[in-house]
Amino acid sequence: MSAGPILSVEGLRVAFRSRRGAVTALRDVSFTLEAGRTLALVGESGSGKSVTSLAILGLLPRNGDITAGRLAYRARDGRELDLARLPQSEFRAIRGREISMIFQEPMSSLNPLFTIGDQIGEMLLLHEGLDGAARRKRVIEMLEMVEIPAPARRIDSYPHEMSGGMRQRVMIALALICAPQLLIADEPTTALDVTVQAQILDLMRRLQREMGMSILFVTHDMGVVAEMADDVAVMYAGAVIEQAPVADLFARPSHPYTRGLLASIPRPDRPEGERLVAIAGSVPPLGSLPSGCAFAPRCPLATPACAEPVGLRDIHPGHRVACIRAEEVLADA
Amino acid sequence: MKLYILKRLVGMVVVVFLVLTIAFVIVRLAPGDPAALMLGPDATPADAAELRARLGLDRPIPVQYLTFIVNALQGDLGQSLFFNRPVLSVLAERVEPTAFLALFSLAISVVIALPLGIFVAYRRGSFLDQSAVSVAMLAASVPSFWTGLVLQRYLATDLGWFPASGYGGPDATFLDRMGYLMLPSIVLGIVNSALILRFTRASMLDVLGEDYIRTARSKGMTEGRVVLRHAMKNAAIPIVTVVGLTFALLVSGAVVTERVFNIPGMGNLVVGAVLRRDYPVIQGTLVVVATLYILINLAVDLLYLVIDKRVRY
Repeated sequence: MSAGPILSVEGLRVAFRSRRGAVTALRDVSFTLEAGRTLALVGESGSGKSVTSLAILGLLPRNGDITAGRLAYRARDGRELDLARLPQSEFRAIRGREISMIFQEPMSSLNPLFTIGDQIGEMLLLHEGLDGAARRKRVIEMLEMVEIPAPARRIDSYPHEMSGGMRQRVMIALALICAPQLLIADEPTTALDVTVQAQILDLMRRLQREMGMSILFVTHDMGVVAEMADDVAVMYAGAVIEQAPVADLFARPSHPYTRGLLASIPRPDRPEGERLVAIAGSVPPLGSLPSGCAFAPRCPLATPACAEPVGLRDIHPGHRVACIRAEEVLADA
Repeated sequence: MKLYILKRLVGMVVVVFLVLTIAFVIVRLAPGDPAALMLGPDATPADAAELRARLGLDRPIPVQYLTFIVNALQGDLGQSLFFNRPVLSVLAERVEPTAFLALFSLAISVVIALPLGIFVAYRRGSFLDQSAVSVAMLAASVPSFWTGLVLQRYLATDLGWFPASGYGGPDATFLDRMGYLMLPSIVLGIVNSALILRFTRASMLDVLGEDYIRTARSKGMTEGRVVLRHAMKNAAIPIVTVVGLTFALLVSGAVVTERVFNIPGMGNLVVGAVLRRDYPVIQGTLVVVATLYILINLAVDLLYLVIDKRVRY
């Protein structure tokens, strides 16, 4: 199924200009998303997941800049584009048509003053010049695909007339109507309750099978990761510290942070009465990161050598980790 | 919806009734005798008493009040003491300059404030943004008579671009008369654009930070489309509100500018009427202005329905 990477992020750095100088939000983000697969980007709040996804789509806030790195994207026509340096005029043709995005908050991500048909149909107008009855027909078909009941009637609804789950289906319809190659889903189910969450995940998996797109799935929920992802990239304090196929990552977490993260998830197969393990300390503020491994101050295995900068390396095929003691972490487990 | 409009119209009748009452009381609380003022300093007390009787001012206040209300309900606002004609016909003559002055000023302030407000919100924090906000503050703080006098001096007297004052002679054509309104409209337009600019900017700033704006950008449209289609409609409600209020204020509040430019509008009329204690004209003007004010506000509230389908009355 895999036909080479559709997106390779290499050494991405993003800084935000502020009154007190530049704040680095992403220090070193590198990962690879293979075509047709789902890569989960996991990490705590503030680890830089959302900034990464916005950077890929060229939608960083005005005071945010990509200061280093490449976003190598293989366009539909076969060209390799560096999204970090793509002019806005060219980016507009990619955005929505080749790469689209669904957001965390279905309640606020849709414009309250336009009908959902109008908002979905706008994609067809922008990218295919389609208008009128043909456009309406395509939108109704898409609403059907995302399993919205009575689509011919619902197309004229306003967002406030729909539930959160239905709105997220609308967002998915909007994102997928131009059949993009890459879908970025930024915590698409976090704001939904559990049953609706499962339905939305099912829907996304089905649509991925039917349409064959790649998904970058941003989440902090390891349960969702297990359910959705083919590969996982773990972020900590603005850097990817481990990337591996999902089964490999769950079976052999090689970074102390990943291990701590997995140990902190409640699981039904754990012996009763066993306490959940919390990672000591908290994520350091972005302004005051150590020059070496950012996790070192909280790491039980830290040594003086961890003060040196550390990059991702292959620990075995397909499994990359940014820890000098990864072998010991593995052996210990 | 129909019920809502009906309710509002009933409310309007109540407010107009209150305005009538307050107008009636206030003009009579002011010291001064209209008869004595009309006859001048040489009149004898007997002359004044006779004139008062002729004008019906000698009757007890409650009787005058009842007569006034009953006539007003029939659409008769009484006779002007000074012009000796029905108040409504006096007012009708003065509506044209005031109405067009209000319309032109509103148009000018919207044309200045709306695009500028949108642009500086988009470029928030920029030099242009900061200067626009400061200039708007300044324009709003300077009294309109000062702006009026300055522009009159330079644009009309020195450069001769506009007539300095007045409303044309009796044989002036409609276009001539509108020409006389240009400079006062610019003055009022500048003064009022400050408020609209600030509302537009604040409202746009709020909206541009919303999630659905990010969604719009993610769809691959131009920034112009993001701002003018997706943001503008959402920012419209506060802007429509302040434009409506500005219009209502312009209709009722152009008194000073009308004085400075010597325009025979309702503002000038009411000032003259107050000085002459022409009770019926003062009352009539207040009622007409209050009614207009309420109607404009009703129109604004109904516009909300058009803009935002979530609004329900």
